[in-house]
Amino acid sequence: MSDFTRAEVCAVACADLFADDGEILASPMGTMPLIGARLARLTSNPDLLISDGEAYLLAETPPIGGTAPLEGWLPYGKVFDVVAAGTRHVVMGANQIDRFGNQNISCLGPHEKPTRQMFGARGAPGNSVNHRTSYWVAKHASRVFVASVDFASGVGYDRASGAAGRFHDVHRVVTNLAVLDFDTPDHAMRIASVHPGVTVEQVQEQTGFPLVVPDDVPTTREPSDEELKLLREVLDPKDIRGKEVPA
Amino acid sequence: MSIAASGASEGRSMKDKTTSLTDAVAVLADGMTIGIGGWGSRRKPMALVHAILETQVRDLTVVSFGGPDVGMLCAAGKVREVVFGFVSLDSIPYDPNFTRARQDGAITVRELDEGMVVAGLRAAAQRLPFLPIRAGLGSDVLTYYPGIRTVRSPYPDENGDDGEELVAMPALNLDVAFVHLNRADAHGNACYLGPDPYFDDLFCLAARVRVVSCEQIVSTAELAAAAPPQALLLNRMMVDAVVEAPGGAGFTSCVPDYGRDEAAQRAYAEAASA
Repeated sequence: MSDFTRAEVCAVACADLFADDGEILASPMGTMPLIGARLARLTSNPDLLISDGEAYLLAETPPIGGTAPLEGWLPYGKVFDVVAAGTRHVVMGANQIDRFGNQNISCLGPHEKPTRQMFGARGAPGNSVNHRTSYWVAKHASRVFVASVDFASGVGYDRASGAAGRFHDVHRVVTNLAVLDFDTPDHAMRIASVHPGVTVEQVQEQTGFPLVVPDDVPTTREPSDEELKLLREVLDPKDIRGKEVPA
Repeated sequence: MSIAASGASEGRSMKDKTTSLTDAVAVLADGMTIGIGGWGSRRKPMALVHAILETQVRDLTVVSFGGPDVGMLCAAGKVREVVFGFVSLDSIPYDPNFTRARQDGAITVRELDEGMVVAGLRAAAQRLPFLPIRAGLGSDVLTYYPGIRTVRSPYPDENGDDGEELVAMPALNLDVAFVHLNRADAHGNACYLGPDPYFDDLFCLAARVRVVSCEQIVSTAELAAAAPPQALLLNRMMVDAVVEAPGGAGFTSCVPDYGRDEAAQRAYAEAASA
């Protein structure tokens, strides 16, 4: 199969987030990370633990919106224990994210009287200082990729000193245009790969701060035939992925 | 009528703690700190919240894994401060009433990491002044909480260096806790029948006065038969008042008795957005 969509590239890039994680809990927030975690379990990482988004761990890998037999019980109280123990990889969204990976899902504008109230910090402060954390941004834009976040919910590299840095591991940011990481001397955000058909200039144009650009920027890998079959026939036959990232 | 007076033992029988919604919320006074159980738009004690809306009480500090409980109390002008990690309706990301209260500057907030809320409740439950936690370090949760302190471990790390400096999450001591369970007996034993207990036990342990509403009050024997023993989340020494309130979590979910009433929630959100 040579035809694939941008959404399918994103799903595979999200799956690759979990490829080397081994036997830990995947906590994907949002549709594309959810598809990615399930695809990873069916391909690169069969040991990954996935949940139903409520209190159960799933023994099998259901399609999006589907159910599966249980293998365990993990209510919120136990999730916080897993966070503290560090055996978890969360993929969160971001209303704002800056060049060191500070993420904002709390509010825009002054904290005492925001111009826009969002969720609140949720578990982002604890997640980001306890275990591997990645981000998914469905629409890469300079209003999301900002020079400085209004509120640091998730902790970035420049704030992760002392005990905050002990288990801090902001891994990657996957967007509709590119994969970004922090593998630079000062952990400033770098273009790890651009999706097929996207240029480095396009990514930089949609980013509100200068990205680190390697001499040779790779192209995000194309989905394999097996992955395309799993996405289209097993995990997401209704093409929910295509609604999140239109062709 | 006070809850304490209504719960007096008679003769050799255990206390009967059953009361009405109205009497259960009569314990409230201006300026109190209340905790509300459930999570987001799940198993919220909404009948009790509506009863609070009928009172004259004001200036509450509300501790909650927030859903429409927080939004409704804010919209009714009952709230001075919200202590929260999030406020969400789950299937609708944000509660429009909470959004408006924040954007109008009508309330103050203490914004915390969710795990910090758990740690604060646990400290209160254990009668400790604080509990150490890593969550919060490096984030703006600490920036906007000027009173919070860090604490250095008195123990050296494995290299013999100074111990870690962690957040000292202060106890979230509650005046009153309100929770909604599936079944309870008249003495205050109660069980959940859904997948998740949330933190309703912790809210009760952190509070001076503990109010439980439930779908149905049953005998102790029926309660014990209703679910595995592990689902008997609350025992009677954790509870002061029991209210039978069928549908009392609606429109939030109370599985398996009922799921979330999405149409009613949409109507709430639309009215709140208008």
